[in-house]
Amino acid sequence: MSLDKTDQDYAMTGRIAKRFAALKHENRSGFVAFITGGDPDPETAQQILDGLPGAGADFIELGMPFSDPMADGPAIQAASLRALQAGASLKTTLDQVRRFRIKDSETPLILMGYYNPLYRYGVENFVQDASQAGVDGLIIVDLPPEEAHELHPFAREKGIDFIRLATPTSDSARLGKILSDASGFLYYVSVLGVTGTASAPEQAIQDAVTHLKSHTDLPIAVGFGIKTVDQAAMVARIADATVVGSALVERVALGLDKAPQAGDRSALVQDLLDQAQTLSHAVRIARSSAA
Amino acid sequence: MPTGPIKNHQTESFPDSHMLANSLRTGPDDQGHFGLHGGRYVAETLMPLILDVEKAYEAARCDEKFQDELRYYLRHYVGRPNPLYKAERLSDLFGGARLYFKREDLNHTGAHKINNCMGQILLAQRMGKKRIIAETGAGQHGVATATVCALFNLPCTIYMGATDIERQKPNVFRMRMLGAEVKAVTSGTATLKDAMNDALRDWVASVEDTFYIIGTVAGPHPYPAMVRDFQAIIGEEVRAQMQEAEGRLPDSIMACIGGGSNAIGIFHPFLDDQSVRLIAVEAAGLGVETGKHAASLTGGQPGVLHGNRTYLLQNEDGQIADAHSISAGLDYPGIGPEHSWLHDIQRVEYVNVTDEDALKGFQICTEKEGIIPALESSHAIAYAQKLAPTLPKDHLMVLNMSGRGDKDLNTVASALGVSL
Repeated sequence: MSLDKTDQDYAMTGRIAKRFAALKHENRSGFVAFITGGDPDPETAQQILDGLPGAGADFIELGMPFSDPMADGPAIQAASLRALQAGASLKTTLDQVRRFRIKDSETPLILMGYYNPLYRYGVENFVQDASQAGVDGLIIVDLPPEEAHELHPFAREKGIDFIRLATPTSDSARLGKILSDASGFLYYVSVLGVTGTASAPEQAIQDAVTHLKSHTDLPIAVGFGIKTVDQAAMVARIADATVVGSALVERVALGLDKAPQAGDRSALVQDLLDQAQTLSHAVRIARSSAA
Repeated sequence: MPTGPIKNHQTESFPDSHMLANSLRTGPDDQGHFGLHGGRYVAETLMPLILDVEKAYEAARCDEKFQDELRYYLRHYVGRPNPLYKAERLSDLFGGARLYFKREDLNHTGAHKINNCMGQILLAQRMGKKRIIAETGAGQHGVATATVCALFNLPCTIYMGATDIERQKPNVFRMRMLGAEVKAVTSGTATLKDAMNDALRDWVASVEDTFYIIGTVAGPHPYPAMVRDFQAIIGEEVRAQMQEAEGRLPDSIMACIGGGSNAIGIFHPFLDDQSVRLIAVEAAGLGVETGKHAASLTGGQPGVLHGNRTYLLQNEDGQIADAHSISAGLDYPGIGPEHSWLHDIQRVEYVNVTDEDALKGFQICTEKEGIIPALESSHAIAYAQKLAPTLPKDHLMVLNMSGRGDKDLNTVASALGVSL
C-alpha cells in the first residue's frame, strides 16, 4: 500500500474537496442528490443520473441496490427492489458511473450502500473498479469504525474518500472514533430513524452542526428526512451540503404509477429532474434570501 | 480463516487461528469475532447502544444477584430443569443407538426460546429500558417475548412477516392476547429476514428507550454470545442428567438448526469434549439441489447481514436469497456466526433434512412416543432415524426436542392433504 501521500494531499486533490472549496467561496450549501442505481431500469436510470448536474446537483449520491436495506425507509427500499428486479447489480452500478463520467468529469459522485455486495465482489477488486469508473467517495451504512478496517485502507489507497456518518447518538467520545479515519466530508444523519421518514427541527440540526464543527474541519453534509423546499432551505442555511433522497426517488414510483409499461419514460425522467431543480434552487439561494 | 483436513471426532486437535489455546468455549474475541465470523456490522446510530448492551451484559453476567434472579424465574416460571427422557420405543424402532430427548418442549410457552427471553428481559430492566421489540418467524420467539413482557409489564412490538402471520395464526392470536402489538411486515419477501430488517429499523428510531430481544444466536456482538449463554443451560442440564442416568457423557448430540440457538445451547457445554459428536440438522426444504431450502452452511457463502458476518444464502452479487422450509422457525437465509466458525473448524457436523423427511419424523415421533414435536425439531428426529441404525447399541444419542408441535398442526394437516 502506498502511503506516501498525506491526508492533506487527498483533501486537496479530489473532486469532493474541490467542490466544497468552490461552495465555500460562493458561501452556499451544496445540493446532494441521491438516486438509486439502475432504478427503475438501466436506461432510465442513466438518463436521470446524466441529467442531475444540469438540474443543479453539486454532488451525486448513487445508491447501490441491496435486497435488505436496513437503514432505509419505504421509498428507498422500493427503489432498491425495482432496480434489482430490472437486473441491477454492483457491476451494473459501476457501469452506470463509467457512462456518467464520459459526459461529466467534475461532479463528485459518492456510492452509498451496504457492505455485503462489496464483500462478495471482493473489497480490493471493488475499490479498484470503482476508482477506475470515477467514484469519489463511499458511504457504507453497516460498516461502523469497528469494522471499517476491512475497506478503509483499500479505498484510501485508491484515493476514494471513506465517508463517515455521525448521528444524534454520537457523543464526543464516539465522535473521536468516527472522525479518526474520516475524509471527504462528514455525513450527519439528522434523525433517529431510517431514510425518508421523520424530519429534525431546525434548532436540533443547528446544535448538532455546531457540535460537529467543534470536532472537525471536514465539511458537514446533513441528510435524512429532508423532503420539502422549506426543509431543504432550512438545512442549507446551516450545513455545508444538503442531502435529498427519498423525495427524488419517490418521483420514480410516481412516474411508474402513471405509466407502468416499460418504454418511453422521458416524462418520469423530466419530472424527477424538475423536482431536483426545484430543490437545488432552494438550496442555492437559501443563504442569500435569508440574509 | 481456519483450514485443515476433516478431523476424526475422536482426535484431540481442532485447527484455528486464535481461539485454539485449550478451549473452544472462550469465543468470541473482544471485537465479537468467531474466526472470520461475527462482528458488529450495524448503522452508526446503533453503535453506542450496542456497546452499552455489551457493557451491561458483561456486568450482569458476573453479577450473582442477576444470575440468582434468572435461576429463580427459570425454575419457578419456565419449569426448569426439564427432563432428559429416554425414548425407548423410537430407539427400538430405529435400532442401534439409544435415544434420549431433552424436553425443551415442556418449558412454559412450549419451546427453548423462553430461556433466552427471560435472560434478556432481566437485562433490559437492568438497563432501564421501557419498551421491547422482537422479530419472529414461526411465532415461538414472539410468544416467548410477549410472555415475559406480560410478566414484567413492559409494552412490546413484535415484527412478523405477513406470509408467516398467515401460516401461524394461532401464535399471532396468542401474542395479541398477551398484550403484544404484532406488526405485519410486507417488505421484501415478508418472512423472518424482513421481520428482522423492520425490527432493526424500529430500533434505529427508538434507541433511547427500547431494547431489542433478538431470538437467535445472530445479530451484532454481543447478541450471539449472550443468547448462547442464556441457552447453554440446555447443555449444562444434559450433562448432569446423563451423568445421573448413565454415569457418563453422551456419545452424540443432535439438534435442528435455523439461526442456531437451540443447537448452540445444547452443544456449547460439550465443545471441549472431543468424544462427543455434535450434529446440527439444517432444513433442506425441497432439497438443497432445488435451491428451495434454508441450509445456509450447506448452500451458502460468507457474507454480512443483520449485524454479523456468517454463511448466507445469497447470489453472486451479494443479494440475499429467499430461504424455504416447511418449518417457519428454520426459514432464515443465515445462521449464527459461532456455528459458521464451528463449521469452518469442523467441530460440529452440519447435515440437512428435507421437508418431506421432517414430516415423516414428525409423524413417527407422535405415533411411537406420544410426543408431538415441532416441525423444527422433527428435522433432528428424521436425521436420528437415518443415523441411529448405523451406531452400536451402547451409543448414547441426545436429541434436542426444542419445541412442541401444536403450532404446526395446520401446516402438517395441509401437507398431508387433511382439511381441519
